[in-house]
Amino acid sequence: MQTKTTKAFYLIPYYVWIVLFVVAPIALIAYYSFFDLSGNFTLDNYQNFFTSVYLKLTLSSFWYAFLITFFTLLIAYPTAYLLTKTRHKQLWLLLIIIPSWINLLLKTYAFIGIFGLYGPVNAFLNVFGLEETQILFTDFSFVFVSVYIFIPFMILPIFNSLDKLNPSLMDASRDLGASSWTTFSKVILPLTINGVKAGIQAVFIPSLSLFMITRLIAGNKVITLGTAIEQQFLVTQNWGMGSTIAVFLIIFMVIIMIITGQRDKGAYANGKNK
Amino acid sequence: MKEITRAAIAIVVVCIILFGVNKYLNQSSGNASSDTLTIFNWGEYIDPDLISQFEEESGYRVVYETFDSNEAMMTKIEQGGTSYDIAVPSEYAIEKMKENDLLQEIDHSKIPNLSNIDPYFLDLAFDPKNKYSIPYFWGTVGVVFNPSLLDGQTFDSWESLWDPSLEGEVLLVDGAREIIGMGLNSLGYSLNSTDEKELLEATAKLKELTPNVKAIIGDEVTQLMINEEASVAITFSGQAADMMWENEGLDYSVPEEGSNLWFDNMVIPKTAANVEGAHEFINFMLDAEVAAQNADYVGYSIPNTAAIELMDEEVTSDERFYPLEEARENLEVYKNLGLEMLGKYNELFLEFKMSAN
Repeated sequence: MQTKTTKAFYLIPYYVWIVLFVVAPIALIAYYSFFDLSGNFTLDNYQNFFTSVYLKLTLSSFWYAFLITFFTLLIAYPTAYLLTKTRHKQLWLLLIIIPSWINLLLKTYAFIGIFGLYGPVNAFLNVFGLEETQILFTDFSFVFVSVYIFIPFMILPIFNSLDKLNPSLMDASRDLGASSWTTFSKVILPLTINGVKAGIQAVFIPSLSLFMITRLIAGNKVITLGTAIEQQFLVTQNWGMGSTIAVFLIIFMVIIMIITGQRDKGAYANGKNK
Repeated sequence: MKEITRAAIAIVVVCIILFGVNKYLNQSSGNASSDTLTIFNWGEYIDPDLISQFEEESGYRVVYETFDSNEAMMTKIEQGGTSYDIAVPSEYAIEKMKENDLLQEIDHSKIPNLSNIDPYFLDLAFDPKNKYSIPYFWGTVGVVFNPSLLDGQTFDSWESLWDPSLEGEVLLVDGAREIIGMGLNSLGYSLNSTDEKELLEATAKLKELTPNVKAIIGDEVTQLMINEEASVAITFSGQAADMMWENEGLDYSVPEEGSNLWFDNMVIPKTAANVEGAHEFINFMLDAEVAAQNADYVGYSIPNTAAIELMDEEVTSDERFYPLEEARENLEVYKNLGLEMLGKYNELFLEFKMSAN
């Protein structure tokens, strides 16, 4: 019984939201990026971004984001697969999701204690006669904690796509003589690739701009684009440069979205209609 | 459709109720009127008993809020959402706040206790004649270290930090001014240097320190040093005093080449609602007994001569925290170098941090 006008009416909150909280902030960031400290219009910020400091920063951000995504995927895929095989799927899934309800900072602080020289991990190593090693403030601890935090975001989409998979497809594959590996690479993986892509988006993009963990767990020895933006706004008060870095971050994110986006429109539509 | 409408109405009703409750709570905690005094201070930077004492004596009700960086404090005052009557910025922040016209002049006739303050701390370059600010606490930047984890090193010179035996042991404070300043000091330059060549030299020198760097962090340093997770840290004197209070094995030293001398001061922002009360509070805090009690609680060094006489001599004769005037000659106060230069410092610091791994 809905007329066109009432439909348009219901869309108003949506459009207002999009304009106020998506379009306007991005436009503002882009706008600020063209001003220097004294408020003059300039392109210097962009030129500055292409100096060695910021380029190195970008590269190292990508490298760590890649490592984090890689290890998250490595753990998440088999976990999601096993989850679909368990009897109480929803319960197990809930157990994996619950930690993500706890505040990120709280979890991070906990790891300072866990990884400390006199923390439980080192105490455990001691049992095997190993000496205390420095775990905190290393690349290892940084990647480990990040992976721990991001795992639920990778498991969920993969779990969903695996769960939707028709088990008779796998039976068919085996019946026709395919090995386990062939079944996985030719049947399971292609059919769940969209879940994997969604997971990669959900992990890689936020990894690029992590900043609290870089300080607390990596002791600022790992610097990401997020740290640089925070510094520019809070310490240097150079909103122009901060915005410029943010603009590049947005560009990188869009590129990643395009690369990992669903290219096969038909499959996308099918998935959506389910 | 009906359910959605119902849910929407429920959400709106809940919002209105929460808004009302919030407003009621704010009212009962009193916001910006003539019988309250709103103080904006660093965390753990006053003895809470003194606030109640001041409330009793003056009849004002005190609202106490805290901040954790000068920059955050300035932004909040500039926005003007809350009218703070007292704030406690550091010296370079005062210069900036003066420039931005955020402060009002302090009427010295209403602060007779100003005579308790050591003249050394009055009329300093960042605020000539103390027109806008009254000293609160002061201190230095130095090295806190744990002799039991070291083999006999002392930190009379910044150079000792570069010692190869300290590999992976040194914690640095996450501040561009502090660390680049330390690099400049170690080369014998001023920590307010704006000379491109000196700055690059300092950064190059700092990069050689990276094998020794364990982490570059903030307040977490305190806990790590107390727990003996690291043997050496660069930190502020007051923070060092906190650590030494918890772990008696620690020691503190200000290297001879020079370091930073800093002051935190009470100011009255332009937006203050209770200027009269703010003056009363400043005068109250300068009272000898009050200041002594406060210094005992906070652990930083006070500029109040009358109060020092009342304090435990063991504390006030400790030259690590109350360096003699001759020793202070090597120390420098941060100058406001302007945003342009601060950006430069920050970029060099970023470069250093990136080489730390």
